[in-house]
Amino acid sequence: MKFLDEYRNAGVARRLLAAIRREARRPWVLMEICGGQTHTIMRYGLDELLPPQIELVHGPGCPVCVTPLETIDKALELAARPEVILVSYGDMLRVPGSTTDLFTVKARGGDVRIAYSPTEALKIARQNPGRKIVFLAVGFETTAPANAMAIWQAKKEKIGNFSALVSHVLVPPAIRALMTAPDCRVNAFIAPGHVCTVMGYEEYERLVAEFRIPIVVGGFEPVDILEAVLMLLRQLEKGEARAENQYVRSVNYRGNLPAQRIVEEVFEITEQKWRGIGSIPASGLRVREEYGDYDAARLFDLASITVAEPAECISAQVLQGLKKPTACPAFGMRCTPQNPLGAPMVSSEGACAAYYNYRRHQKDSSVLSSQFTADSEVR
Amino acid sequence: MSSKSNSLAQLTCPAPLPAKETILLGHGSGGRLSAELTRSLFLPAFANPILSRLDDQAIVNIKGARLAFTTDSFVVKPLFFPGGDIGSLAVHGTVNDLAMGGATPLFLSVAFIIEEGLPIEVLRRVVESLRCAARKAGVEIVTGDTKVVEKGSGDQLFINTTGIGLVPDHLDLSANRARPGDQVLVSGSIGEHGIAILAQREGLEFECPIESDSAALHGLVAAMLAAFPTSEAAGSGIRCFRDPTRGGLSSTLNEIAEQSRVGIRLEESVIPIREEVRGACEMLGLDPLYVANEGKLIAIAAPGSADALLKAMRNDPLGRNAQIIGTVVESASPIVTIRTELGTSRCVDMLAGDQLPRIC
Repeated sequence: MKFLDEYRNAGVARRLLAAIRREARRPWVLMEICGGQTHTIMRYGLDELLPPQIELVHGPGCPVCVTPLETIDKALELAARPEVILVSYGDMLRVPGSTTDLFTVKARGGDVRIAYSPTEALKIARQNPGRKIVFLAVGFETTAPANAMAIWQAKKEKIGNFSALVSHVLVPPAIRALMTAPDCRVNAFIAPGHVCTVMGYEEYERLVAEFRIPIVVGGFEPVDILEAVLMLLRQLEKGEARAENQYVRSVNYRGNLPAQRIVEEVFEITEQKWRGIGSIPASGLRVREEYGDYDAARLFDLASITVAEPAECISAQVLQGLKKPTACPAFGMRCTPQNPLGAPMVSSEGACAAYYNYRRHQKDSSVLSSQFTADSEVR
Repeated sequence: MSSKSNSLAQLTCPAPLPAKETILLGHGSGGRLSAELTRSLFLPAFANPILSRLDDQAIVNIKGARLAFTTDSFVVKPLFFPGGDIGSLAVHGTVNDLAMGGATPLFLSVAFIIEEGLPIEVLRRVVESLRCAARKAGVEIVTGDTKVVEKGSGDQLFINTTGIGLVPDHLDLSANRARPGDQVLVSGSIGEHGIAILAQREGLEFECPIESDSAALHGLVAAMLAAFPTSEAAGSGIRCFRDPTRGGLSSTLNEIAEQSRVGIRLEESVIPIREEVRGACEMLGLDPLYVANEGKLIAIAAPGSADALLKAMRNDPLGRNAQIIGTVVESASPIVTIRTELGTSRCVDMLAGDQLPRIC
């Protein structure tokens, strides 16, 4: 398959690994902030193939995981109302709220439907004029243009029974928050490829200048990640700090301007709560007043739903790359994908889910790890 | 324990989930939730050694005749899809469950639960499809039942088929017989049925339309058994057959690993997957290992038997793309792993419920 197979090519991957092993001198901590990248790393075992000097930590790259508990609870409230059809991406359905999750609400009779794109939600709204359709619009900058487009279209066509419950988060403020945290160990970032496809990487230069850290925009396949690691390594070993782009087949400097324009038209930047981390200023998007009639947060009486985040929560440390999921006392025991205690275990982009799904066997089988070492040495 | 470690143990990620009081869609997906329901509710209630084997079929001994006996219900939506429909599926599914026990399928029953208002023309099409599939498979539909429920109480049409067949002596195929050193074979490319259904349901159109692989497998099974001189030899050479339906390859292999208390190690680069299916899965965020098949089988072969089996499979129209895809290994606890092209290894876990596509 074009654009896929070349970037999964084992020969290319091994050559990159060899270069990384040759050139890595000092210890470095690299963070990626995209659940898709986390999963690729876990799925292909890239962290095991890298030399010991390079440590990969996982940032808050899963928009499902960082959606505030309040937003989930509001969605659950709405979904239970008989006049509402709640439309959501599949991922959100099993994320636990304070007391339940959307799948369970669906089982109890709530009208909850899975969509692959917000246009499906608009279609449902047109087909069901007597019901109120609420689209759970969650994501990073990647999904913001499509969600903005749906709201814009709803206003244009006066689809009065459509609204969106929005929880969008932005990556650069998260990087800033991570870098200013006192216990931050990160030396460089792999920036998320699809976020940057929309936004470009111009804004990352400000972060590079402010914190003197290299940032490379990376794609999602094993070769992409390894190439991005090599590019970061080369900067780090030379003491340089620049914003670079590895994912050139999809990302350019300025990004997708029409997409950015529609986002600016419909949304405005706001302070945003990140589940497990806390509030980060100017790190989220909310619907502008002009589109207020399509903003579920304004339309429905949901103000009474406020939930205090637990004072301490290990998912915060996981999301900030300070702890690996396996350090959590509940990991794999009280907390599993079937019975998740938190979002990172249930989301297909969550770090805990990645570790659980792909790495559980390492507790059981030392035979396997000696096998792979032999493999990687022989090549 | 110090108080610090006590408080650490109390930390949880955001919120607790209540115990499951209702049946969720996931309970019917063939994954972990389904398995849990069977183990915690059905097995204890009906407790008997035949049921506890949890094979695709039950093999009962009636006055010396070894009868294979199985049942399956079909609730597929939409009713008609590229490559088949609920009617042909209802025949193939049950015939295959019998065939997985090495049985020659003989007779089926068919029970309809019809929603009031279903056009008779639709029912006629389904029945015609049932007739053709049964005739082609060489089975007779000898008894049945019809129920009609009020509009809104059933989704158009549900079908249950129950089947019986005869199992040769000396053939004791079961998912609990896999042993370290055995090899895992698959009869062809995976993921086609699930993607065909999903594409139809979601109105997704691909350049090359993906068709369900729905087919009756007893001919292929017979060809594989015939690769051995006697049914006794076949019984030693083949540990079990399984058809990876809901939950896909991964659920089936996890079940075998669980029941045999072994590990299964797969080789990613050799698992046959059609380009179109790979492409569709990439787009939808699905993993082909978890997507349903309705015309494929897995065979666990004893050491030394795999090559003969592979040859027999590839000679059969339904086994042209058969491959050896893995080995059974010793393992402290049952687990399925897969080796990537990079030489690293990861788990192939059983899904909790339905596969959920990515968000971005």
